[in-house]
Amino acid sequence: MSADWRRYLRPGVTLPFCPGCGHRLLLRHLLTAIDDMGMDIDQMLFVSGIGCGGWIPSPCINADTLHCLHGRAVPFAVGAKLANPALTTVVVSGDGDLADIGGNHLIHAARRNYDITVICANNMNYGMTGGQVCSTTPVGATTHTTPDGNTFNPFDLCALVRAAGAQYAARYLVTQGPELVGAIRRAIGIKGFSFVEAVSPCPTQFGRQNHLDGVKEAYAYVEALTIGKAACREPASPLDGRLLVTGEFANE
Amino acid sequence: MPWRRVRSVLEPGRHYFSGADATVEAAVAARCGYFAGYPITPTTEVLERIAVRFPEVGAAFIQMEDEIGSVCSCIGASWAGAKAMTVTSGPGFSLMQEGISHAIMTEAPLVVVDGQRAGPSTGQVLVGGGDVMQARWGMHGGMPTIALAPWSVQEMYDGTIRAFSLAERYRTPVMVMAEAATMHLREIVEVAPEVDLYERDKAPGLPPFGADSPDGVPPMPGFGEGEKLLVTASTHDARGFRRTEDAHTHRTLTARLFNKIMMHVSEIAEVEEHYLEDAETAFVAYGFTARSALAAVEELRRSGLKVGLLRLKTLWPFPKDEVGRLSERINTMIVPEMNLGQMIHVVAEVARCKLLPHQQMDGTVIYPASLIDTARSVVA
Repeated sequence: MSADWRRYLRPGVTLPFCPGCGHRLLLRHLLTAIDDMGMDIDQMLFVSGIGCGGWIPSPCINADTLHCLHGRAVPFAVGAKLANPALTTVVVSGDGDLADIGGNHLIHAARRNYDITVICANNMNYGMTGGQVCSTTPVGATTHTTPDGNTFNPFDLCALVRAAGAQYAARYLVTQGPELVGAIRRAIGIKGFSFVEAVSPCPTQFGRQNHLDGVKEAYAYVEALTIGKAACREPASPLDGRLLVTGEFANE
Repeated sequence: MPWRRVRSVLEPGRHYFSGADATVEAAVAARCGYFAGYPITPTTEVLERIAVRFPEVGAAFIQMEDEIGSVCSCIGASWAGAKAMTVTSGPGFSLMQEGISHAIMTEAPLVVVDGQRAGPSTGQVLVGGGDVMQARWGMHGGMPTIALAPWSVQEMYDGTIRAFSLAERYRTPVMVMAEAATMHLREIVEVAPEVDLYERDKAPGLPPFGADSPDGVPPMPGFGEGEKLLVTASTHDARGFRRTEDAHTHRTLTARLFNKIMMHVSEIAEVEEHYLEDAETAFVAYGFTARSALAAVEELRRSGLKVGLLRLKTLWPFPKDEVGRLSERINTMIVPEMNLGQMIHVVAEVARCKLLPHQQMDGTVIYPASLIDTARSVVA
């Protein structure tokens, strides 16, 4: 793995993430993948929505970046890609942005199979607004808007976009560096709609509310929630709110 | 040079078009490269013609999943270097407001055509004029906008071409506030052999969000040109860095966004005068209603009444000097509108004569006969 990822950071930018935030790792993996692929960064466009995940490309990455309205990163990216098909277009945003407020755009982009890559930084809550429930919050987890624990099943985003027609979907923890870098490389390399979900611990908001007293505990919590595809009994059902299956889920 | 003269794509001469046809052909003439829209009555015909015409001229067309996606994808396309347009009607126009505010804040040229129907909400799919204040105040935050009010199929063609040039010149969304009646009207359109277009000033290396003057419009490079653009609708400095807690940056940015429109009103706002030389009473009208007002004026003139028409070709920025000057030399202004009173409030801000509203919001156009009655009640 290359150690050159820092050369893609925008000069003068201090990384905006909280201590222990998984998004910082995701930024590193994304830039490592781009470096590995030998991409021409000037022919890449990074599009992001509103929330902590939106700050991964904007302002951190020293390339063309478009910071959009909340939930609308995908249609902004679609317009840019269709207007200039030479742009390698990568959306990086959060779970609340992509799957809650922007969910309809996500499934339609997958269905139409636009040649874009969507990377979802899934921290299982709305981090920037202080930690509220979202469509990926595990059942039972406490947030400021579910003080007695979340009762709604979370989305399995990889299954959702695959059902909608995505060419490629993968899910890994941000701590699974080589796997995540490989998934991002494959996603960017695929012609058509590709999706990578990076499970990214949020010690500050999610962790604090769920009595995960340190960064280590926040990471242990998401590790306990996940299981590798190979180890998962068929049929894999993450919809019980406890299991996130990691691996690649290419459409065969 | 920002202005470029190009040959007409259409055969020059007379064409028999609907307002919807003319909108599409104007986009083609202006070298619009990207259109996204969503079906809605009464502008679906635009979408359908574009689905045929844009592929013929090598421009991108997509029917999106909703109007939010439509306007947002247009902004993405605009930043990727294309002239972009979307077309909708009332409910869709409401959904687009947040996108329009993003385009204002990121200074993305964009044309939004609203074929107005009678609201509120789904209301009627018939004609209305209730979105004209929304074109100015619909977004949160409040910023000056540019909005045109075409009254004919010819003006759907010429006005929409002008909208693209205004959008590029001022780096802002421009709204064409048409009405259902004009979209469905069929008339002869005279197509000129050449079209003058304002083309985007790219000027690589310069700050894309800063200008030397407080009313300046910065150059606009696009994605894929090596500029490493940092585009955000959050408060940003001249290079695009977010400064969301800095009062000076927000004040500087919003003042320039305000001034770049409001210090150029005389270049943007247009009016048209009919029979005003000796008029004692004047209609101040816009859009389709101005057709009825002109018919009423001509009928009243035949009975020797000194009535005229000031037609607002531009609603925003409001041509307040022209309206104010006229009000000093006449007795009464009649403001007919297909809503329950919107532009009359702006007229009232500057008018120094008597004002008379004529309001109708029922899905039908205002006929000349009713305007004649209103005018006679003033003159009598």
